[in-house]
Amino acid sequence: MIKIWSMKKDENAAARKKPKTSAAQIRVQKDLTELDLPSTMKTHFADPADLLNFTLTITPDEGMYKGGTFKFSFAINTNYPHEPPKVKCTQKIYHPNVDLEGNVCLNILREDWKPVLNLNSVMVGLQYLFLEPNADDPLNKDAAQEMSKNRDQFLSNVKISMRGGRVASNVYDNVLAS
Amino acid sequence: MATLVNGSATADWPGRYFHIDQILDKPGPRTDPGFAAGAEAPFLRDQAKILVIGAGGLGCEILANLALTGFKHIHVIDMDTIDISNLNRQFLFRSKDVGKSKAIVAADFIMQRVPGVEVTPYFGKIQDKGDDYYMQFNLVICGLDSVEARRWINATLVNLVDPENPESLKPLIDGGTEGFKGQARVILPTITSCYECSLDMLNKQTAFPICTIANTPRLPEHCIEWASVLEWPRVHGDKKMDTDDPEHISWLYKTAASRAKEFNIEGVTWSLTQGVVKNIIPAIASTNAIIAAACCNEAFKIATSSAAYLNNYFMLIGTDGIYSYTFEHEKRADCPVCGGESLDFPISMEVTVEELIDMLIEKQDIQIKKPSLSTPTRQIYLQAPPQLEQATRPNLEKKVSELVPGGGEVTVTASTLPFSLSLNIIYN
Repeated sequence: MIKIWSMKKDENAAARKKPKTSAAQIRVQKDLTELDLPSTMKTHFADPADLLNFTLTITPDEGMYKGGTFKFSFAINTNYPHEPPKVKCTQKIYHPNVDLEGNVCLNILREDWKPVLNLNSVMVGLQYLFLEPNADDPLNKDAAQEMSKNRDQFLSNVKISMRGGRVASNVYDNVLAS
Repeated sequence: MATLVNGSATADWPGRYFHIDQILDKPGPRTDPGFAAGAEAPFLRDQAKILVIGAGGLGCEILANLALTGFKHIHVIDMDTIDISNLNRQFLFRSKDVGKSKAIVAADFIMQRVPGVEVTPYFGKIQDKGDDYYMQFNLVICGLDSVEARRWINATLVNLVDPENPESLKPLIDGGTEGFKGQARVILPTITSCYECSLDMLNKQTAFPICTIANTPRLPEHCIEWASVLEWPRVHGDKKMDTDDPEHISWLYKTAASRAKEFNIEGVTWSLTQGVVKNIIPAIASTNAIIAAACCNEAFKIATSSAAYLNNYFMLIGTDGIYSYTFEHEKRADCPVCGGESLDFPISMEVTVEELIDMLIEKQDIQIKKPSLSTPTRQIYLQAPPQLEQATRPNLEKKVSELVPGGGEVTVTASTLPFSLSLNIIYN
């Protein structure tokens, strides 16, 4: 058997004893403690001991969704950052890129996720959806069509839906009460 | 010498290892300085204990190769059972074995076929086993199909390295194939680049934009993804999808097929559905054979010091002709598994968490600002976000000794650290 240990002794880092904490756990700790969020975003941990499951609240201070309070659940698995966090909107909202089940169409949450991205990038990406909804990548097709065809009607629909009103056949959640 | 092991005579008949002994009986230009002619063969055959993880496409080849090169103490782990679709390439299995444990059937087959080899199977997950189990092996060789399992065994073997004990360093040989492409690598935990160091080299799994799936499907795969990503949770709520459950696959298949019909898309089949949701890439028997051979060559060279071993990454691309390339993948200083710093940190039993943090900040050689601390089981103090800072703030006044046992480990992260720092707390 080859004597690998002799190579080890040449290294000055020979006295290393490596952590038992999982790589995903360390990475999440690093991501969370280094979050640099604007005042429009807040995290909430239902169980402060569980860093892998939490909610993010976004309260846009400009744009057509201003005044609303939007909640997203984050679920991170042990394969993070190889896999992106699973993010869902927990309210029923009227938005071209969010469907009625809360699925979100954000490229970095799926096809463009890379391990170099972090939780901060995802959160900033989510906030951006409220400032610049994107009608070209729709998840709520009706909303997207309205947005590109009739912007005034769309803006009015957003206002109605945010109050908990009905747009077409759907009643949306009131997001004005925080 | 006619002792019976598993019904086979262990006696080595004359000339059994004639060809292999050509390599082991005398040194050559490429033998390691530590090579001891005449002593390597007995080590290989009587002492070396090797663990094979995975008894699938690569695992079957690896087991056969190892047994035939003269390894006699082999352990094999696999959590899977044999499926009929395995039989074309996983040649240790027969139709009568469908449904049985891969590890057990493979072990029995090798022992029947190669006299004197002892193969010990474990039908279960690698995560079921602890450090004591992995300590017993000289070498670990993997033929796995999941990133998660590789990350786990890699981290486990890196963590196993004890500076006081040379035996704790277990070379890890990792093989992988994907269609006509494959790779074999040698990982010397804490010495060479580890699996986690190269995580960013992985191809990302094909994921389609969710909006395409929802609105403009063009491919049969889009319809299948729609069924599994959007329709399954909508219809079944929190019920978890089990990609090994034929009823679940059937449901997905039917749902995807009706959507495909609606959009005039052809090509949704039962097997494509299974392939997409389980992320199956067709396995090629010959790629497995090449990669398994490369891995077993490394195992043989490392176990016998008979030739220079792979440093450290071999890749094979068989899609257009045959191309291979070998290079040294470098260690990443900021690798969360094998990188970062580790420090023995002696403190008194009376030191509080707050005092420990001040000591870290004042330590000139590490230059930490705003460190966040945790143990493998709990958070000690997090600087942010505000809610977690508040929740962990009461710990600041506590003594470190109330939260961390002697010899226990504290993981420190801070924006100024490349990744993390691991403290080994010693009370004086």
